[in-house]
Amino acid sequence: MMLPTEWIHNFLYALMPEGIAHAVELVLIALGFLAFFAVAGLYLVLLERWIAAWVQLRRGPNRVGPWGIFQTIADALKLVTKELTGTTKADMFLYNLAPYFPIVAALITISVFAYSQSLHAFDINIGIFFITAVSSIGVIGILLAGWSSNNKYALIGAMRSGVMVVSYELSVGLSLLTMVLMTGSLQLSEIIEVQRTGGWLIVQGHIPAVIAFMIYMIAGTAETNRTPFDLVEAESELGAGYHTEYSGMKFAYFFLAEFINMFIVASIAVTVFFGGWLSPFGITDEIFWLQPVWFLAKVFVIIVLMMLFRWTFPRLRIDQILTLEWKYLLPLNLMNLVLMAIIVWLGWTINF
Amino acid sequence: MERIFFYIFALIIIVFATASVMSHKILRAVVYLLFSLLGVAALYFMMEYNFLGAVQMAVYAGGIIILFIFSVLLVHHIEGELEEPTLTRKVLMGLASLIGFGAVMSVILTHSFITVDVPRASTEVSEIGKGLLSYGEGGFILPFEVISILLLAAMIGAIIISKGKKNV
Repeated sequence: MMLPTEWIHNFLYALMPEGIAHAVELVLIALGFLAFFAVAGLYLVLLERWIAAWVQLRRGPNRVGPWGIFQTIADALKLVTKELTGTTKADMFLYNLAPYFPIVAALITISVFAYSQSLHAFDINIGIFFITAVSSIGVIGILLAGWSSNNKYALIGAMRSGVMVVSYELSVGLSLLTMVLMTGSLQLSEIIEVQRTGGWLIVQGHIPAVIAFMIYMIAGTAETNRTPFDLVEAESELGAGYHTEYSGMKFAYFFLAEFINMFIVASIAVTVFFGGWLSPFGITDEIFWLQPVWFLAKVFVIIVLMMLFRWTFPRLRIDQILTLEWKYLLPLNLMNLVLMAIIVWLGWTINF
Repeated sequence: MERIFFYIFALIIIVFATASVMSHKILRAVVYLLFSLLGVAALYFMMEYNFLGAVQMAVYAGGIIILFIFSVLLVHHIEGELEEPTLTRKVLMGLASLIGFGAVMSVILTHSFITVDVPRASTEVSEIGKGLLSYGEGGFILPFEVISILLLAAMIGAIIISKGKKNV
């Protein structure tokens, strides 16, 4: 059976010379990803509002379209047409540049994931390390936005965010490293291949894997600046935090990047702990169009979990957040890494 | 194609490095430096040194630049500008950098480089790890351990400085 991608590939190569066709193909893939994730980001916002309403026993958005499904698209259209305001005493160059850092970092990262066996845009051999390296760029945008707005609240919000994200990056990296010990490779396709034969990694690695997953979810929630770690934009204390002075599309970039980052955190968790596009017990692994469905279903579950965190827990103080990371999570993570190394060394992993 | 991309990246590196030195606003200088470092990372990726490119991004762009930005955020106000250096300083600096440029260029142009045909396969991370820990021929265990002691000393130093003197 011929995939539609194959058909496009043959069509392009028949139409024009090889070099140009290759370039056009790359651009088409990038545009496809961009369009999908712009829309997915909008629907994540809508999902967040539905879940908030569900937790708080309200109705939530229900006016625009059936069950309000066009609500966030209407919001996006409104944001596009809004005036881009700015303050006169801001550093306009950095102020305009800052929103692009988080969104570009997020969009580069999504190209690395394996959505199915063949739907894998960029299978780089250092997969997970590449993801952590690229996503460390995003926080620069937050810091620059806070400083260049020339607004004290924005600056305080940006500083808090910077301290928090830089600290929790350690936990994310170490908990992923714990899992890499079992796969022996950083490449995402190989990580999934290991799980195809031996079961999902969270089952294979049992106790240390579960600990690593918990640490990863805590640190991942902090990385995306979501409640209970949303000090960055603690409305009651700081106005809107680092994006106080932003309006229209420039604000939307920050907002969209935050939701795409949530998708990224969930995708990493699914790939590393829950077998990526593999189905449970390998029941439908051979049916290629079900693979992305499984992937997205798992991502959906993890995203709903993170959204429930947001509407369940109260916000922490900055000193509590830093104590949690440096005094509890980091030592626990290091011990967990050693434990995992011992288990892999002695061959005590569970293999089907 | 590859040649065109090389010149684009080289141009980015040179232009932003110059802009970083010339800028009078300190945070803008830091951002220009960031772009210059990202250009170097792009060159590594182009040569398929993926690991080195990612290290360049994680350590320089994600680590050092963020530290720079933090220190600027803590000490510098948005309206502050760096003062213009005097003319003699400018001339002296220009001369010094010309001499440096001349020295590097003369070495590059006179040295006969040996070209080796290396297969364009990217290095595996496991090979890098084994290289770092091997004590045989071409192993890097000694520099690796020396650097870890240096980093440990730096960490202890930072802790002692940030604790301050105890007035007990």
